[in-house]
Amino acid sequence: MRAAQITNVSRRSLLGGIGAGAFVLAVGLPSTGRAQEEEPGFGPDAMPNGWRDDPSTFIAIAPDGTVTVTCHRSEMGQGVRTSIAMVIADELGADWDKVRVAQAPGNEEKYGNQDTDGSRSLRHFFMPMRRAGAAARVMLEQAAASRWGVPVSEVSADRHTVTHAGSGRTLGYGELAEAARDLEVPERDSLVLKDPSAFRYIGTDRVGLVDNSGITTGKATYGIDVRRDGMLYAVVARPPVYGGRVKSYDDSAALAIEGVEKVVKIDPVEFPTEFAPLGGIAVIARNTYLAIQGRNALTVEWESGPNAGYDSETYRETLSQAVSSASGTVIREQGDFDKAFAGAAQVVEAEYYIPHLAQAPMEPPAAVVEIRDGLVEAWACTQAPQVTRLRLAERLGLPAEAVTVNVTLLGGGFGRKSKPDFVLEAGILSQAMGGTPVKLTWTREDDIQHGYYHTVSVERMSAGLDATGKTMAWRHRTAAPTIGSIFAPDPTQKLPFELGMGLLNMPLAIENIRAENPAAPAHVRIGWYRSVSNIPHAFAIQSFAAELAHAAGRDQKDYLLELIGPPRRVTPTVQGDVWNYGEDPDLYLIDTGRMAAVVEAAAEGIEWGREMTQGRGLGIAGHYSFLSYVAVAAEAEVVDGAVTVPRVSIAIDCGAHVNPDRIRSQMEGAVIMGLGQALMTEVSFAEGRAQQENFDGYLIPRMENAPKRIDVHLVGGDATYGRPLGGVGEPGLPPVVPAITNAVFAASGKRIRRLPIADQLRS
Amino acid sequence: MVNFVVNSEQQRFDGDEDTPLLWVLRDELGFTGTKYGCGIAACGACTVHIDGQPSFACITPVGTLEGAEITTIEGLSPTGDHPVQVAWRELNVVQCGYCQAGQIMQAAALVDNSESLSDEDIDAVMSANLCRCGTYPRIRAAIKQAMEAK
Repeated sequence: MRAAQITNVSRRSLLGGIGAGAFVLAVGLPSTGRAQEEEPGFGPDAMPNGWRDDPSTFIAIAPDGTVTVTCHRSEMGQGVRTSIAMVIADELGADWDKVRVAQAPGNEEKYGNQDTDGSRSLRHFFMPMRRAGAAARVMLEQAAASRWGVPVSEVSADRHTVTHAGSGRTLGYGELAEAARDLEVPERDSLVLKDPSAFRYIGTDRVGLVDNSGITTGKATYGIDVRRDGMLYAVVARPPVYGGRVKSYDDSAALAIEGVEKVVKIDPVEFPTEFAPLGGIAVIARNTYLAIQGRNALTVEWESGPNAGYDSETYRETLSQAVSSASGTVIREQGDFDKAFAGAAQVVEAEYYIPHLAQAPMEPPAAVVEIRDGLVEAWACTQAPQVTRLRLAERLGLPAEAVTVNVTLLGGGFGRKSKPDFVLEAGILSQAMGGTPVKLTWTREDDIQHGYYHTVSVERMSAGLDATGKTMAWRHRTAAPTIGSIFAPDPTQKLPFELGMGLLNMPLAIENIRAENPAAPAHVRIGWYRSVSNIPHAFAIQSFAAELAHAAGRDQKDYLLELIGPPRRVTPTVQGDVWNYGEDPDLYLIDTGRMAAVVEAAAEGIEWGREMTQGRGLGIAGHYSFLSYVAVAAEAEVVDGAVTVPRVSIAIDCGAHVNPDRIRSQMEGAVIMGLGQALMTEVSFAEGRAQQENFDGYLIPRMENAPKRIDVHLVGGDATYGRPLGGVGEPGLPPVVPAITNAVFAASGKRIRRLPIADQLRS
Repeated sequence: MVNFVVNSEQQRFDGDEDTPLLWVLRDELGFTGTKYGCGIAACGACTVHIDGQPSFACITPVGTLEGAEITTIEGLSPTGDHPVQVAWRELNVVQCGYCQAGQIMQAAALVDNSESLSDEDIDAVMSANLCRCGTYPRIRAAIKQAMEAK
């Protein structure tokens, strides 16, 4: 059955969002290669290729009434395929049972920006998707009115049916789809969006996940699951040290294995590496096992290159040195820190360390590429299909138009799958095989050892309290290799977007604040990891706030609320944060009243202040990130140096709730992931090589580690659905770790300043 | 040559008998519902039932499976309505979903073979299966719901 597309007026598409631009990074790197616009724009307008709201792009209605919503954002567990469909279905007046979801390939010219990162899918596309749904509804109404010869004002569309009020006549959406298709898309300004009180799906838990059935029966397709006729399977031996290269290799034993088809050398990577494959020796075989066996049989001599000496223990000392003196660039200055610090009645100083982390999505990077008649088709679990398309085309020497990137489900992403290096590897290997489809799989060892790691960081905090215990002076020195190091040669300063993650925009009500950023060169690939720089910043700031409370002899929560101060709205740019998550600083102010409210809600949820038994304690932390406010209160138990976290209360204010169940699930997941970072998760390096290989050494929480009770509190909300939305996927994570370590302090008297806790508390 | 049954259908494998069942299922037979996560029995994503017992396909050489009956997620229930699958959907357990075939196979064996389950019983068995999204609280709840429903 042919799906009738609702009309496509190209004029309308041209109006949608900003014009096509070269790829620029989504997270605020300088936009090289793109002409500076006179108005830089904010939110979705500032993203490469902006946004679209043309109904024909996102909605198709078949004659039987089946509505197919095309989701252009990648699904990696945040529930976006369900949430986007809920938004469109509500405005369209569709019956949920008749809604299906298709996944868009990478094509930003058509769909607008597709970089699924930065917690911005609904932030940027809630309104465009509402308009697309509403426009389609109006077109169905117009088609019915015209068929009946009545004014459109006399008809209304709802529940998959258009009704004429006067006569009671009805027509189903499927019956009207073809006629509606030929109508002009209504002007954007003419659209009347649904009153939120009439929402049937948005803001409710009424619908289940659209992928529930496929996932629970094993039919859902991830990148690693794609199968093509005649497909071969590949793995790659990559240089153990970042930037290393093959000196020599012997593949005779590998090729002697029956079923190993070919060994291919992939060119070494050049600095800065961006999204290029790391190079190495690929083994292509008839199945994955044979490819792995072939790789095991390779003899490769590696040249290690400039990062051969990287040792994370030594580097921790290097960072510690860097923050120990006033050698860093001053990045924030407010009042007179030196004077206030010198005059303090009490001085507190502390240094906090967070190691490298690997995203380690349960599905490792994997992709299939085939090339036929000069046309490339890829299937990949990618967060960035358009970037993948552009880089794949460049690497294979073809125009972007010759490349199709199909987006599968992602078995987790967490930022790892924003980088398309693995898809390029599959492309290179398919090309080497004359276009034969090749599935390239990263083994877990590849994933842990050759990642785009979360940065390593040392934050040195200094504060001066007055005689009453009030914080008068606050200094934050941060040293951490920047993600910019994969895009530019040897940068050592954090970029504005990294500093804007909870440091420059730290809203605590302290009179004298200074922040400094000493240099820190990178020795491994640094990349986005869920919540990014908010992780070290929140750990340092919220641990230190608790240390100050202790120094002042105050209750931790009361003191935190005092630091947050009276309700007020802070303009981020005033504090030097020019990034503001890409959003308009006048639209997205930091509201300290909302921050205080989530702290109160998290505290109430854990029954803050209750009597604790020996070895148990409560801790709390709050953090603003991705335009949302989150606070976490945790209960920790320390027995013989072993930490368990039986109970966590997490409160979020992210503005309006589109899919409340997925807000709760993201908070639950953030608690578990943060628990791992607090207790066990770390990638360390010696002689430039990652010291962990698999889940036996790279530890992430198991069910036995999970809190017995996690309460999620959705605070605030917005019944008008008219105020700017906050993010959901990432903001849950940053406050989890300090809430837990603050609870550990309350339970044991031991202050955790270095993660993970591992066996630090064992005597 | 090894002969075995997958989801009630006879299968035969002619290659290297050291090949782990995981890759035979996924690459040779097309049962991609069973996932690769670690290859060393550390994550449980590859959990299938071998003669009714939950087992890690990634460390099970196919050569040891002569005459064995294997059930994968695709064959757990002809209608996809095992009490565990139903509970999983009702509670919206999944996030990315990648580990969930293994979780469901582990949980289904646990539910099918237990009269009652405490939190500790559930944790002890289910801790073999990793989830990076952090769905553990809902998995616990879904297992309890499936126990009530079965």
